[in-house]
Amino acid sequence: MLESQDLQAIRALIAKAKRWDAFFGVLGILSLMVGVLTFSALFVDMAIQGIPRLDGNFFINFPSRRAENAGILSAWVGTVLVMFVTALAAVPLGVAAGVYLEEYAPKNWMTDIIEINITNLAGVPSIVYGLLALGLFVYQFGFGQSILSAGLTLALLILPVVIVATRESIRAIPQMIREGSYACGATNWQTVRDHILPYSSAGILTGIIIGMARAIGETAPIITIGALTFIAFLPNAPFAGDPPAGLFDWLFSPFTVMPIQMFNWTSRPEAAFQVNAAAAGFVLVLMTLLMNGAAIWLRYHLRKNIKW
Amino acid sequence: MKISSLLSGSLMAITMASAGSAFAQATVKIDGSSTVFPVTEAVAEDFQKSKKGAVRVTVGISGTGGGFKKFCRGETDISDASRPILKKEMEDCAKAGIKYIELPVAFDALTVVIHPKNDWIKQMTVAELKTIWESAAQGKIMTWKQVNAAWPDKPLKLFGPGADSGTFDYFTEAVNGKAKSSRGDFTASEDDNVLVQGVSRDMGALGYFGFAYYDENKDKLKAVPVVNPKGKAVSPSIDAVMAGEYEPLARPIFIYVSAKSAERPEIKEFVEFYLKHGGKLAKEVKYVPLGDSDYKHALDNFTKRKTGTGFGGEAEVGVKVADLLKRDPKE
Repeated sequence: MLESQDLQAIRALIAKAKRWDAFFGVLGILSLMVGVLTFSALFVDMAIQGIPRLDGNFFINFPSRRAENAGILSAWVGTVLVMFVTALAAVPLGVAAGVYLEEYAPKNWMTDIIEINITNLAGVPSIVYGLLALGLFVYQFGFGQSILSAGLTLALLILPVVIVATRESIRAIPQMIREGSYACGATNWQTVRDHILPYSSAGILTGIIIGMARAIGETAPIITIGALTFIAFLPNAPFAGDPPAGLFDWLFSPFTVMPIQMFNWTSRPEAAFQVNAAAAGFVLVLMTLLMNGAAIWLRYHLRKNIKW
Repeated sequence: MKISSLLSGSLMAITMASAGSAFAQATVKIDGSSTVFPVTEAVAEDFQKSKKGAVRVTVGISGTGGGFKKFCRGETDISDASRPILKKEMEDCAKAGIKYIELPVAFDALTVVIHPKNDWIKQMTVAELKTIWESAAQGKIMTWKQVNAAWPDKPLKLFGPGADSGTFDYFTEAVNGKAKSSRGDFTASEDDNVLVQGVSRDMGALGYFGFAYYDENKDKLKAVPVVNPKGKAVSPSIDAVMAGEYEPLARPIFIYVSAKSAERPEIKEFVEFYLKHGGKLAKEVKYVPLGDSDYKHALDNFTKRKTGTGFGGEAEVGVKVADLLKRDPKE
């Protein structure tokens, strides 16, 4: 039989544990709120300032000394083209590297070193990539301050993200799938092509898009390689010039991107340019959210088809 | 497959968006000072419109020093500069065989600003500014009273541009007598809007930057009339600078044109356009135009390809643009 004193002690203990539980819950919510509220406040502030400025002309006008005529045409086209080059360079390299490390690489100290380095590369500040690219792409390879240089720089920047995402999603595939494939006489490559890649594509795509969403807002490396700030023309239309050389003219064109246009506007004396900067910022955040949304959507829809 | 159609769709959109652009490759490459940027940008904007997109102009902001580095490597055609080219830069250019034509394009009025509620400052002399800003003042001159006994015993809060800017170079040369010689214990920022915010929030603040930033923030700041060498206190304004009254803080700003690039028709046209319309456009972006005869003289120097600098690689305060243009330039 339990003494009533014992019972009380146990109740007190439970109550204390529950208080801690509630306390931690509140602490968690508060921590979450710090992040969410800060972002929301910034975003709402920018939206209130910027949205009235957003009309059709804002998207089809070049930058101008007159704030009310200034637009982001060269900036958003530049951003889209640079992102295109980034994806073109980072996706094949990143996915191939990820597949190799998971499916082909022998497990030895060399592989370990490479793995550690890739993880470390993901944490290198972006300005370092900018400096590397300035020396390598701009001067050594002679690409100049072009869309090609910028795209490759950002590709380097997101390569670790793509590799890590590829490996994570390949690792999630049960071993028996591979064994089944090998049992039927498939080679390593056949297994990768017919099973590994299709099943991991959801995770890989998500990783790519998250990497791209990071790259789209990068300013430091692009400024380092010397993207210009006043560009009132568009690059040649991609793949529209005289073949063969004309097709790639656009890659070597000078350009500007959204974050640089914003940065330029915030340093202007006129208040109207600050509004432009807010509007451009709103568009940029929207682009990022859209990309992240696409990542979630893709993950959901591609995962639905996988059954094991 | 869905993704590939999505990709090709977005590619189409890009292609269509850029389809309107001209295919001509004539490009004018400009880089350099952020102070000169608004004027050059305005000229570039109108020039491209007048050429209907046949010529491309790119304008970067690497700072006067950064601009000259690229210019002397032959990467740019024109360099924006808020101070004359220095000895070291002249040597770099000479080594690379780059000859250049120095053209003044406008004035900037360095403006000394205080909090709008500051009621004890009616004017300041250059000597008083020197007492505040010279390197010996560091850690010593901390209140307004220490500068002038008639002023209150309030803390002095200083704001100014960072040491890499041409504005800093010119102000220190004009006030302290030696470029880059300044006290270090002030709030420095390369972003003039930060300086505007700082001065507008502190009763005891004093700062300096280009006239355009004061003009746009007149409700938040008060400009200090500075006593000129003739003994008259003059407030900064476009008229005062044009009349030659706002001394010594009015400074000329320049473009340096590579003589080799000037052989190309698009560069020649651009520079001529700059010197013809630069005055009107400078005024529009709150800079001070040179006199009409100065623009003509500059155009004449450009046509005759008078290469080199009229300064000999050193900073100089209070030089008249008309005299400068008459000098025999050195390389």
